[in-house]
Amino acid sequence: MGVIETLTHAFPELLLVLGGMILLITGVFLGDRYSRHISLIAVALMIGAAILTLLGQGASANALFDGAFRIDDFAVFSKIVIFVAAAFAILMSIGTLPGEELGRFEYPILIILAVFGMSLMVSASDLISLYMGVETQSLALYILAAFNRDSRRSTEAGLKYFVLGALSSGLLLYGASLIYGFTGSTQFETIARIATSGETNIGLVFGVVFLIAGLAFKVSAAPFHMWTPDVYEGAPTPVTAFFAAAPKVAAIALFSRVLVTSVPDIIDQWRPIIAIISVASMTVGAFSAIVQVNIKRLMAYSSIGHMGYALIGLAAGTPEGIGSILIYMTIYVVMTIGAFACILMMRRRGGLTEKIADLSGLSKTNAPLALMLTVFMFSMAGVPPAGGFFGKWYVFLAAVNADLVWLAIAGAVASVISAFYYLKVIWVIWFDEPAPTFEREVKPALRFTAAGAAFLMFPLTLFLVGPLREAANHAASALF
Amino acid sequence: MEPFVVLLPLFGAMLAMPVGRAFGARAAEWLTTSFLALACIYAWVLFFRVAIGGAAETIPLYTWIASGGFEASWAVRLDTLSAVMLVVVNTVSFLVHAYSIGYMKGYGEQPRFFAYLSLFTFAMLTLVTADNFLQLFFGWEGVGLASYLLIGFWFKKKSANDAAIKAFVVNRVGDFGFALGIMGIFFVFGSVDFDTVFGVIAANGDAVPFGYSMGAPIRDLTITFIGHDWHALTVIGVLLFIGAMGKSAQFMLHTWLPDAMEGPTPVSALIHAATMVTAGVFLVSRCSAIYEFAPNAAAMVTLVGATTAFFAATVGLLQDDIKKIVAYSTCSQLGYMFFAAGVGAYDAAMFHLFTHAFFKALLFLGSGAVIVGMHHEQNIKKMGDVKVLLPLTHILMVVGTISITGVGIPGLKLFGVPVGTAGFVSKDMILESAYAAGQAGAAYGNYAFVLGLIAAVFTAFYSWRLIFLTFWGRSRAPENVRKHPHAVPDIMLWPLAPLAIGALASGMLFYSQFVGPKSDEFWNGAFFSRAEIEAAESLHAGASMDATALLDHGVNAVSGDHQVISDLDADANLHSSPDETHGVANEIVIHDESGDHDAHRFPLWVIWAPFFAMATGTLAAGWHYLRGDPLKPGLLREGGMIYAFLKNKWYFDEIYDFLLVRPAFALGRFLWKEGDERTIDGVGPDGITAVVAASAKRIVRVQTGYMYHYAFAMLVGIAVFITFVLFTTGGGR
Repeated sequence: MGVIETLTHAFPELLLVLGGMILLITGVFLGDRYSRHISLIAVALMIGAAILTLLGQGASANALFDGAFRIDDFAVFSKIVIFVAAAFAILMSIGTLPGEELGRFEYPILIILAVFGMSLMVSASDLISLYMGVETQSLALYILAAFNRDSRRSTEAGLKYFVLGALSSGLLLYGASLIYGFTGSTQFETIARIATSGETNIGLVFGVVFLIAGLAFKVSAAPFHMWTPDVYEGAPTPVTAFFAAAPKVAAIALFSRVLVTSVPDIIDQWRPIIAIISVASMTVGAFSAIVQVNIKRLMAYSSIGHMGYALIGLAAGTPEGIGSILIYMTIYVVMTIGAFACILMMRRRGGLTEKIADLSGLSKTNAPLALMLTVFMFSMAGVPPAGGFFGKWYVFLAAVNADLVWLAIAGAVASVISAFYYLKVIWVIWFDEPAPTFEREVKPALRFTAAGAAFLMFPLTLFLVGPLREAANHAASALF
Repeated sequence: MEPFVVLLPLFGAMLAMPVGRAFGARAAEWLTTSFLALACIYAWVLFFRVAIGGAAETIPLYTWIASGGFEASWAVRLDTLSAVMLVVVNTVSFLVHAYSIGYMKGYGEQPRFFAYLSLFTFAMLTLVTADNFLQLFFGWEGVGLASYLLIGFWFKKKSANDAAIKAFVVNRVGDFGFALGIMGIFFVFGSVDFDTVFGVIAANGDAVPFGYSMGAPIRDLTITFIGHDWHALTVIGVLLFIGAMGKSAQFMLHTWLPDAMEGPTPVSALIHAATMVTAGVFLVSRCSAIYEFAPNAAAMVTLVGATTAFFAATVGLLQDDIKKIVAYSTCSQLGYMFFAAGVGAYDAAMFHLFTHAFFKALLFLGSGAVIVGMHHEQNIKKMGDVKVLLPLTHILMVVGTISITGVGIPGLKLFGVPVGTAGFVSKDMILESAYAAGQAGAAYGNYAFVLGLIAAVFTAFYSWRLIFLTFWGRSRAPENVRKHPHAVPDIMLWPLAPLAIGALASGMLFYSQFVGPKSDEFWNGAFFSRAEIEAAESLHAGASMDATALLDHGVNAVSGDHQVISDLDADANLHSSPDETHGVANEIVIHDESGDHDAHRFPLWVIWAPFFAMATGTLAAGWHYLRGDPLKPGLLREGGMIYAFLKNKWYFDEIYDFLLVRPAFALGRFLWKEGDERTIDGVGPDGITAVVAASAKRIVRVQTGYMYHYAFAMLVGIAVFITFVLFTTGGGR
């Protein structure tokens, strides 16, 4: 396959990276006044990339660049979720970044580049392309975290994220080199072939553990989660909204692909590690969130917990388990975007407010917003029939079918504990004395996003969860 | 079309609040009232078609529950019994709706009130048009709910809330029995449909209760209940009657009814006089098949009914609250109805139910007018000479009083109809039935007759006492009330007119249909009679004995007039075997064909006794309250033993408080404080939340904000994992 032909198959990625560069040059010449237009073009690029991905599905050649880059149904599914999530993240920022005096044209371009990195991660089937993808994504994210240069907290968040991210990259690279050293290959397929023959190689297992540690940092799973609350709180809220959605999908997709395709036969070695990480994340997510007063920090711990649930599916390691991860992540992304859209609507004179107490009595002052937040909180708590319930249900089901009943029980217990703080938010919204009202004027994009996500979580989820499950299971079967 | 007679009030109930919000309280009032007017007109149309015209039918609406062998539908059963109830409920409800437009003026919250009223009407109508026990129970609980809501309508008043809760709790006791009875019916018959259940009893078919390998003919069937073998029909009958006792405020479960007077007066008239409280009588009449073949259960009905009639009348003697007098009077009149049903005179019971609705609603609504006029004063000792202020109300109240006390000319019949007020005609019918049953040997028949007579004395006494103290004599009201009574709007007076006409004439108008010569075709088989069924069976004893034939006979036999017991003045062998009753039953049939229902076969003193009872009570009341100081009457003056006993309502509330309420509160407090809060909550929810909160604080303390702490945590994590892998893979190479 020639270079040109190879590149035609990676058309969505090309679109992103070329589009991003063109926008960068345009932006330099036009300046911040046109940031709004650039943002809209960036959204269009995301949608275009998603459509191209969908069209390219089922192409004959699915392993490109000597097997370093794979386009299969799993990648297609994850990419579409990522692209759509990123599109909404940019859309939501249009309304809000200028209000924070951050309306710089670099913002959508950085997101485009980060998404390009995620796209590489999702398709990576070689340790080198894996690292390339992870770093492309991370570099853009570091800058985004510190995007509000004038804010001490934002810079601090960016710096912390960068330093700890470098540490995790080191762990990741160390693991990758160990794996290469003990198998002699960087390609997942070859590694899988060699790892099966003979008895378990402890060096290889060490490599896998380091790799897991590096990736666990990216999905912010405990005990590699500690950057998350600080970064979520410090970064500007639209950035946090982006952080919480798309990168998580990319990282967990990469996580799944590495473990399932490169070292499937030593699952007994890595499964306990994943299970421990999963339980630790759920525990940290459930307990730490209880004492939070800042809604962004609450969302940070919430997302740590959610990653724990998603990892239950990975611990199962079965096609059903991977499928349940995809279901979980799709629902997670929708409710996270919706919840952040609501948080972005918490605006008073003088900017965004972030305290949970600011929501008190919201049902009396702003009933639609209260209703939507309630849907999201119920959904995240996993209360049926909201969407989040189905995500948890399929993950637990996969665990039970893989003889990991204890893990499913741990998940159920954690979700009961975490219900505490979700319900507390609902309590504050509905039963406390009203706080001053939020600004009535809300950008239609935000309102549309929040309402759409709320409807998706309830009641549309009841009709969509069937097709979603089918698509996810189909995508998951591509890895086996 | 027919379902609309039931559904219109439901629509009214659903629309009242939104319409009230959108177009104002006035719109909600007129909407619900006009819906009720339509339903009322239609009920009368149905009454003439079904009861007079004989076109009974059952209209199934939809299957409510179908689970395994259990099926219950929602239907509108239209036979004479339900048609009578439809007329009573819809007429009184319509008049009360109209009356409330005037009465509730200025209270605010009218839409809510009218929604509740209509909701009540709907529930009551589903109750009376039920064709199975489950729908009956639905309506039964529905009226209970509406009653609760309406008693506590002024929920900011503590006494109203307490009364609502009391009504609800006391009714739970009865409903528990009722629910057990329904379960018992399903247990024995495998169905809750009226037709199935009553058909099996009439045909004496085999019934195999659940879990029993062998069945038995239903009339001899015994079932095990709380460790004993009981006659199945008796158990069911008693349990159903316990339900009826609660709803109809019978002796021992009556305590809620006087307290229920906390509700607005129209509510008292509609729910606690004319309709809901008569549901128990309706139930017993509907289940006549069961009580006919459960003599012991029927005896209990008679005993409780007669006792209530007497007891409530005695308590009514000394009440000072105008509404409570009428409430005890209701209680007492319900007792009459029950003992009539208990001795088998279901038609007389229903007749009294019908006439009672008119005069009791009249009395209540009239009291409401008095209360409004007297600045919401309810104590009759603070009234007097109200006839000057409210002359029209006075006349209407007197009409109600002569009706309830039973003024009429005994022994005289014009065109085959006795001459007298509605209360006279129906009450005499009941007392004569009781006397006849007593002579025929029915259990407690004589007891009921005697107590009924005494209660009639008391009835006359307290009813006239109310009139004398309220309307006559010198005024004891405060100056400003006397000088400036509240105006009573016209809309509160015209609904009283039809009720007054009914109170005077409904007895004479409907005598021949309800209990007279035309009652056979009128009731059209709505009631069962043991004597008739057994007579029909023995007539066909020689013929085929298989079950289907029996069923046919049973059903045929049912369609005759069942007024046998009261005709059996010569026969004492009521419960003898079929062979012995054979001849007698034939004789009865001949009697019936001649249409001879005249009371001339009763001794003269029986015919005149109710009249003398009434006269005695009236004269005694006059002697007590029209001479000298009405507040210091002779026999019933304060301080006497009788006074304290009656004033405290036989100490029922005190006894219940001591025996039930306080122990229940003590037990509840113990379980709450010690059991729940200390033990369960302390270890369970509270304990766990405390642990969770503490661990949350501890975990969060790790989140210091220092980067090197975070890095340290990551490295510790990876060290742990590596160690773990080292151990699990067994050292490796």
